[in-house]
Amino acid sequence: MSRRSFLKGAGTLTALSLTIGFEWTVRPRLAFAKSVAPGGTGGAPFVPNAFVRIGADHRITIIAKHLEMGQGSYTGIATVLAEELDADWTQISVESAPADVKRYANLAFGMQGTGGSSAMANSWMQLREAGAKARAMLVAAAAAQWHVPADEIKVQRSILYHPDGRTQASFGSLVAHAAALPVPEKVSLKDPKDFSLIGRTDSPRVDVPAKCDGTAQFTLDMRLPGMLVAVIKRPPRFGGTVRSFDAVPALAVPGVVKVVQVPRGVAVIAKNFWAARQGREALTVEWDETHAEKRSSADIMAEYRALADKPGVPARQQGDTATAIGKAAQKLSASYEFPYLAHAPMEPLDAVVKLTATSCEIWAGDQFQTLDQANAARTAGLDPNQVSIHTLYAGGSFGRRANSGSDYIVEAVSVAKAHGADGTPIKLQWTREDDLHGGLYRPMYFHKMEAALNAQQELTGWRHVIVGQSIVGGTALSAMVVKGIDPTSVEGASTISYDIPNIDVQLTTTQTGVPVLWWRVVGSSHTVFAVETFIDEAAHAAGQDAYAFRRKLLSKEPRMLGVLDLAAQKAGWSSGPLPKGRGRGIAVAEAFKTFVAQVAEVTVDEHGQVRVDRVVCAVDCGTPINPDVIVAQMEGGIGFGLGAVLYGAITLKDGFIEQDNFNSYRVLRMNEMPRVEVHIVPSGEAPTGVGEPGVAPLGPAVANAVFSATGRRMRILPFSREENA
Amino acid sequence: MSITFTLNGQSTTLDADPSMPVLWALREFAGLTGTKFGCGMALCGACTVHVEGQPVRSCSLPLSAVAGKQVTSIEGLQGKPAQAVQAAWIRRQVPQCGYCQSGQIMSAVALLESNPSPTDADIDTAMSGNICRCATYVRIRAAIHEAAEALRR
Repeated sequence: MSRRSFLKGAGTLTALSLTIGFEWTVRPRLAFAKSVAPGGTGGAPFVPNAFVRIGADHRITIIAKHLEMGQGSYTGIATVLAEELDADWTQISVESAPADVKRYANLAFGMQGTGGSSAMANSWMQLREAGAKARAMLVAAAAAQWHVPADEIKVQRSILYHPDGRTQASFGSLVAHAAALPVPEKVSLKDPKDFSLIGRTDSPRVDVPAKCDGTAQFTLDMRLPGMLVAVIKRPPRFGGTVRSFDAVPALAVPGVVKVVQVPRGVAVIAKNFWAARQGREALTVEWDETHAEKRSSADIMAEYRALADKPGVPARQQGDTATAIGKAAQKLSASYEFPYLAHAPMEPLDAVVKLTATSCEIWAGDQFQTLDQANAARTAGLDPNQVSIHTLYAGGSFGRRANSGSDYIVEAVSVAKAHGADGTPIKLQWTREDDLHGGLYRPMYFHKMEAALNAQQELTGWRHVIVGQSIVGGTALSAMVVKGIDPTSVEGASTISYDIPNIDVQLTTTQTGVPVLWWRVVGSSHTVFAVETFIDEAAHAAGQDAYAFRRKLLSKEPRMLGVLDLAAQKAGWSSGPLPKGRGRGIAVAEAFKTFVAQVAEVTVDEHGQVRVDRVVCAVDCGTPINPDVIVAQMEGGIGFGLGAVLYGAITLKDGFIEQDNFNSYRVLRMNEMPRVEVHIVPSGEAPTGVGEPGVAPLGPAVANAVFSATGRRMRILPFSREENA
Repeated sequence: MSITFTLNGQSTTLDADPSMPVLWALREFAGLTGTKFGCGMALCGACTVHVEGQPVRSCSLPLSAVAGKQVTSIEGLQGKPAQAVQAAWIRRQVPQCGYCQSGQIMSAVALLESNPSPTDADIDTAMSGNICRCATYVRIRAAIHEAAEALRR
């Protein structure tokens, strides 16, 4: 293929709209239809609301306000709307919504964005109503044409049936008529017993075929005519700034077009990635490190350890914990250390920006559209409504792309601005080293726990002290901090549902120069580890079975009990001990109103090497919308969590990040993945999310299993830390 | 400088820096974007292509090294093992974010082309160089076994 034909090909891609064709039957093909005028052939489409468009060509387009980053949001969104619409799945495609907070706000956030496992929970009624109203208008159109009462018309797979049993009409044939009708104020929704799409166990994802043949469109794959590629050389230590730089050697690299200073460092802009990267290697920058963070993570942890002995800000105060611990028949204490963690999504961060004096067009796996729009506008000197965002598939995120400072988007805009804001499309590309060195890590934390058991071996007091940085403090989301408590620092600890009379949870918020961010399951990525391993210690100290001990303390929590019982039963918890060197551990948690319990089985070899053989998982996420997506998210959460527990750590030495790539930032690989069994609790409750909660109990379930196998408590993460040897 | 090789069955000449990794030559000069960039150091397998039928990490292979050779990317996958793998990937609903899956599929196809009945240990050996941060490993394993079975039928 010649370069010319590539560029010609790139031209057609510019008109690409994110439309994914799919169908229930399995067929390995397709996905990106070329941009088609709304409705295709045959006149204007029927657009009853912001979430669905039906064309005379029978094509049904569902508009997704949430990012698809692997969690299955597109499939879930399509399922819920199509259910109430009674649509034929073979006619459906999903398209990403533009950035428009008025129409596409996450109802849980008040702004457009995806996170907190909220996509299905906040969309549930909105999408059901959107589907039901569209259906009602199509039915009203048919009723008018047939002169029959609307409630005598049946709808199945995009076909309306006349009460005479013979006459039929397709959705497509009614769009013109339906579009002329008023949108009903109120509409009745289906009785869940009549659901035919929601709850189907064999429901294929809408995005899978394109992800099996290389055609799925990620930001990395964006090509626009004349597009340039930029990489940024950033300060090696957080807080460093550019003092001076020598662009000459970089400009000497063939293909390098410009070298420009931007707020985050120095950008090398080139005709292609390889030239940009080589240019960056040739570039020399002198950094001003006056205000740079120069401490090591070990120094910071030592400070945290000392801070844990001082009073923190109360996050939950119930009863009189000091007295309970003072009078205890048996006192327990333990401390835990959690490292910084990188998200390391497979697609390194990237964004394409086309900036002019009056407009800014962005292509990205965008997760926080409203904030990204505002931050891009501020950077460009434009109004937010001059910024448009095309949300593409994200190659993973785990929270990384949802940051209120929009770091990578702002960088891309700043490069386009420094280039001259002349409408040249510029793709900002991070490398894996940029990703691991780039900050916005899950914060490092120190936890100190104390518990009291009375003479009857009952848990009477519980103290949990957390020390670490705030994720939202000092950001655009700082209003979330209430009375000195960042809820993301304490969730999973202050919210424990164990029935303990005296509970004291405290938080000491620290400051460092290391930028931090939420990471899959947020606070529960560390709090649940401490809670669920310490409760295990309490059970052991009380001489009771870890499962039975939890059961007693959860007697008023039916959904926690439900998953705990299901996991224990399916794992054969009561089937007797495993052979020597092996162990079983259990843990349960609630995160984002989804309940998950897991039982892990491990083998520990003579060198202390932990191998997780099997994980049995029970989940209660309310009404299961796509059971197979739920299973996949539990499997994935288990693998993601396990990699972090075994190996995950970002460490600093004199302010320099010690991990560069996947050789030093180790993540879980195929040979380390346990067998996983997932069981879903049947439920008619409103649906909650599944992207994150599966991560929460995995670490403690594994740590408790290691204790069962070896008698050793794992309190310093990751397990690979030499202190654990 | 230009390099000539066979790309997905067609003779192809790319006018690019011979030290440029094959990954970027495919993506930015041949216009084939199915092969992904994940690490740049042959550590994650997202960039896996076949060179002379063998799975190779294209992010760390200079373009000059494929002169005169047969290179296959996800776009050019053909044959029974490839079809069986892609069909199994869909049936088992393997992908989540999907970004690593081109590389996973390329590694899986190469495995089945050389070993029609892989054991779990064979799968571990062949696939442990391919990272999936969504941890779709359970399904990748199941899909490879399923594809192998389909090929034996």
